Amino acid sequence: MLLTVVIFMPLAVAAVLAAARGLPGRTASAVWVVASAVDLALVAWLWWRFEPGTGASGVVNGFASEVDLRWIPTVDAGYHVGADGLSLPLMALTGVLFLACAVYSLRETDRPRTYAALFLFLQTACLGTFAALDLILFFVFFDLTIVGMYFVIAGWGHGDARRSALTFFLYTFVGSLALLVGFIGLFLGSEPRTFDMVALAADPPLAGSPVAGGLVLLAIGLGLAVKTPLFPFHTWLPDAHTDAPATGSAVLAGVLLKLGTYGFVRIAMPILPEAWQRWATVVVVFGVVSVLWGALVALAQTDVKRMIAYTSVNHMGYVLLGLGAAGMVAAADEGARTVATVGAVYQMVSHGLLTGALFLLAGVLWSRGHTYAFDRWGGLARPAPLFAAALAVAAFGSLGLPGLSGFVAEFQVFTGALEAAPVATVIAVLGILVTAGLFLLALQRLLTGETTAPSPGRGPEPAGGGEGATAVRERTAVRVADLRAPELLAIVPLLALSVVLGLLPWVLLDVIEPAAAAVVELVGR
Amino acid sequence: MSAAVLAALTGLPTVAGAALLLCGRRADRAAAPVAVAVTAATLVLAAAAAAGRPELSAPFLTTVEGGDLRLVVDGLSAVLVVLVAAVALPVTVFAAAGLPRDTARARFAGLLLLFVAAMLVTVTAATLPALLLAWEVMGATSYALIGFRWDEPGKLAAGTVAFLTTRAADLGLYVAAGAALAATGSLALPDLRAAAGGWADLAAAGVLVAALGKSAQLPFSAWLSSAMQGPSPVSALLHSATMVAAGGYLLLRLHPLLAGTGWAATAAAWAGALTALVLGLVALAQTDVKQLLAASTAAQIGFVVLAAGAGATAGGTAQLVAHAAVKAGLFVAAGAWLTALGTRELAGLRGAARRYPGVGAAVTVAALALAGVPPLSLWASKDEVLAGVESTALHAVGLAAAVVAAGYSGRLLAVVLARPGGEEAFDSEEPGTRRVPAATTAVAAAFAVPAAGLGVLALPAVAEALRRLLGAEGEPAPTGGALVLSGALAVAALAGTVLVVRVRPGLVRAAERGPLHRWAGLGRLLTPRPGLALARALAVADDRGLDRAVHAAAGGVRRLAAAVARADDGVLDRAVTGVARATRRAADGSARADGGLVDGAVRATARAVRRAGTAARRPQTGLLHQYYAQAAAGLGVLLLLLLVAR
Repeated sequence: MLLTVVIFMPLAVAAVLAAARGLPGRTASAVWVVASAVDLALVAWLWWRFEPGTGASGVVNGFASEVDLRWIPTVDAGYHVGADGLSLPLMALTGVLFLACAVYSLRETDRPRTYAALFLFLQTACLGTFAALDLILFFVFFDLTIVGMYFVIAGWGHGDARRSALTFFLYTFVGSLALLVGFIGLFLGSEPRTFDMVALAADPPLAGSPVAGGLVLLAIGLGLAVKTPLFPFHTWLPDAHTDAPATGSAVLAGVLLKLGTYGFVRIAMPILPEAWQRWATVVVVFGVVSVLWGALVALAQTDVKRMIAYTSVNHMGYVLLGLGAAGMVAAADEGARTVATVGAVYQMVSHGLLTGALFLLAGVLWSRGHTYAFDRWGGLARPAPLFAAALAVAAFGSLGLPGLSGFVAEFQVFTGALEAAPVATVIAVLGILVTAGLFLLALQRLLTGETTAPSPGRGPEPAGGGEGATAVRERTAVRVADLRAPELLAIVPLLALSVVLGLLPWVLLDVIEPAAAAVVELVGR
Repeated sequence: MSAAVLAALTGLPTVAGAALLLCGRRADRAAAPVAVAVTAATLVLAAAAAAGRPELSAPFLTTVEGGDLRLVVDGLSAVLVVLVAAVALPVTVFAAAGLPRDTARARFAGLLLLFVAAMLVTVTAATLPALLLAWEVMGATSYALIGFRWDEPGKLAAGTVAFLTTRAADLGLYVAAGAALAATGSLALPDLRAAAGGWADLAAAGVLVAALGKSAQLPFSAWLSSAMQGPSPVSALLHSATMVAAGGYLLLRLHPLLAGTGWAATAAAWAGALTALVLGLVALAQTDVKQLLAASTAAQIGFVVLAAGAGATAGGTAQLVAHAAVKAGLFVAAGAWLTALGTRELAGLRGAARRYPGVGAAVTVAALALAGVPPLSLWASKDEVLAGVESTALHAVGLAAAVVAAGYSGRLLAVVLARPGGEEAFDSEEPGTRRVPAATTAVAAAFAVPAAGLGVLALPAVAEALRRLLGAEGEPAPTGGALVLSGALAVAALAGTVLVVRVRPGLVRAAERGPLHRWAGLGRLLTPRPGLALARALAVADDRGLDRAVHAAAGGVRRLAAAVARADDGVLDRAVTGVARATRRAADGSARADGGLVDGAVRATARAVRRAGTAARRPQTGLLHQYYAQAAAGLGVLLLLLLVAR
């Protein structure tokens, strides 16, 4: 029951906000912060009561706060939700990131009431996807996130926002249709026919029919690969990010991408173990190519936000490497495969925190100068030391420095995957070198050198032109406001959490490990 | 109790460093005293740890055997923790005395303490996660320390080069961790010795690459050259007991793994010996004192790596310790001169030792030790290393490298001890203060004492005690003949070099113009250009290939839709509109027919009736006489009609 409250509380507040037409913008933003904070507190309570590893296998048994109601009985689809060691960390991540976005948007001036309502709606959709234990329910929430994000980008984006929003919507929507086809395949292959994930995982459908199983996995994999996104289905990502508002990007990269990777570990692996084992090599190859492609293309970017967007492709590649290695049952023992799976799930949480922080920091650049181009910024460490420090910490976290969460994730992925897929892993390790290069280069370009900043283009140009105008432009050029209180309060907790997870990883590992071990066991059937 | 000592040893500098960094410029004033106090306490704790041999374990990766942060002080670690702390304290004093007042001292001290803490954890780590954590944090803090003066052009870029080079090598440790898990199911370092087969080969290769990178051995040496951009205290620390020492330490620690593979130990030995020779030659050709010292660092650590490959643990450790003392002192002196005279060019430093005799004396002792002159430290340790080398070829390369070491030391001595000419080019780097603080002189002198005194290692009893401490009994000791030979070679080479520098300076200048001056092109191995070019090509492929393909597909769908729409308009719609139009035409026709015929007939009838009516109205004029006339006419007509009808 508590879980249902967690899921739908934001939606209820969103409805109230949408209805309250006369509400002042500042009040709406405050309501949003309070609602997100309460929801996060509820998730924390759920976490507190959660006892990891009680069930013999984290997926079949031991769901916390489980609810199973009749919904569409003719196809045995129900409102079935529950939390386990895979979903709970991601729900917590969702709560944290949405709260950070709420705090960051405290000074939003563009239709703040609608904006808050839209984000609360998105929060319900994301939480619902993570909590869903029924394929149809999962699909409904999954698609609602696409709708919500479309409006965020189209309504509050900049640049060519409508085009990017449309590309995002169509691409991911087509992906979700492939997903639906796969779900229907699972339904038709099950006996008795059901959309219930728990029942499907307990008695995997399409066992013994490799072609049908492979095709269903292909459909599901395609749908999730678009969302994750994996090479070569990632090209909607940079455009969507570049034109999205900062908070939209943070949620898109931090939470929405995880819906894809979560789908792999929640649906594809336990329900199609045979097919997953058979095609594990392909998964690993897609993972490794994404790792290197994402990192190298990010290195060549001339735009901060596009660069961060491409590093997401790189980081999600590690997740797939770990999950693919988990399917190589013959090549590695269960211990190593569990380590790889734990690393993959850990990477989802870690990437959410760090990339969320990076996108919010990129948003700071936009708010100060309306550009993300590297060559328009420089020497920012002088006027904006807090921004510089936060960016440096986030960058080092993202490049996998020990002491921050990314290292724990990547180290486990590599260590666990090496036995199963040695060549692929050795190639993938190169990814952390390229990310190190690109982040250090970015720090060098943005923070050091001569202090430059774009003159405020939206401001009134001084009349008269001539020398006076140049003088004014030069004076304003070196003045860049450092992080303001809401920005600081949104970004620093994300980085602090990343440090906590980097130094005390067992806090999270204790929750993830039993569930990951259960998934590995299910895949090994 | 003893675990607490180890926790404090590593935790104190970590916490103090992090606190200083978090406080930022507010803590600038307190930074230097705090840092000195913390490093002093660290030295005490290190001594306690060396005596007590504590162990410590904290949970970290609970998912895997040996995934905890386990620290263990054994003989080798005991030597190294004391070494690290003993070098860190004077260097911190040197930094406190030498750093300009307006620098961000809190940031510097904080990073320095974190750097030291990372090295302390590295040399005590007993599991791979602990090792890798400290190893990479050390790399990152060295990046930040080298790029400390980030607002000067090129400084942070130098840090980037150092970090990327060492990280490229660090990838080896990630692979080694995976191989260790595959081979032994554990990430504990002691278990790694039990590894066998292909996984052991992979683990050994990974460890070897990581160590060679960190220790600036061939082919990774060039990052040390750019690391010289860092402040002098950073150089003093980075080149002595930390960072470059870590690679040598790791190889000494994991010698059993290397030896077990049958090839890795030999590879390490050759890498070390060749680095000692080639980087020694590079040092000979330098014109900048810091570059000379940097190249000589790689060369001297080469002897440690050679020792690790050859299995001479005691010799390698002795070399590590002796070199740390020597090199820290020399970098302190070079830093002091840079601050005082504003130059690091050898040409400008002519006679520097005579200008500042305190520092000069310390440099003379350290440089003589570096040359391998008996009875000083590096003479003894180098022979201890070479005694363990069985291969004749390796031995010969090692001896040649020792001669070269005497050469570059002689070159340095010949310059700084020369009589000042009076026309030295000072202040080429920065405006000098023309003053060497007393604290700096004291620090340089403090390093000179062990640089000279560790020569006692040549005494068999002392060397035997060291072997017992390291658990390396039975490693071969140098013969008296070998000691005499190497001492004589060093003295002869030193004298020869001084003579050449004095008598034939043209020879030296020729070397300075050669490729060795530019580090023999090793920097080119580290160029990021191919990577950047590949990245750009892929980005183009991403934009022009993939993205365009997706949009082309979307465009195709749109074109298809347009075609369908045209078909819709042209065929279906036209048919529908055609029917409609025909219907309308038919309707028009019937409407016309309706209007023309039926309605016309009706209208005509009506018109006729109306006309008839009008006509009928015409006679009704209301004039009686006309009515009479009409009646008469009517009657007449009636009468006529009757008449006709009848």
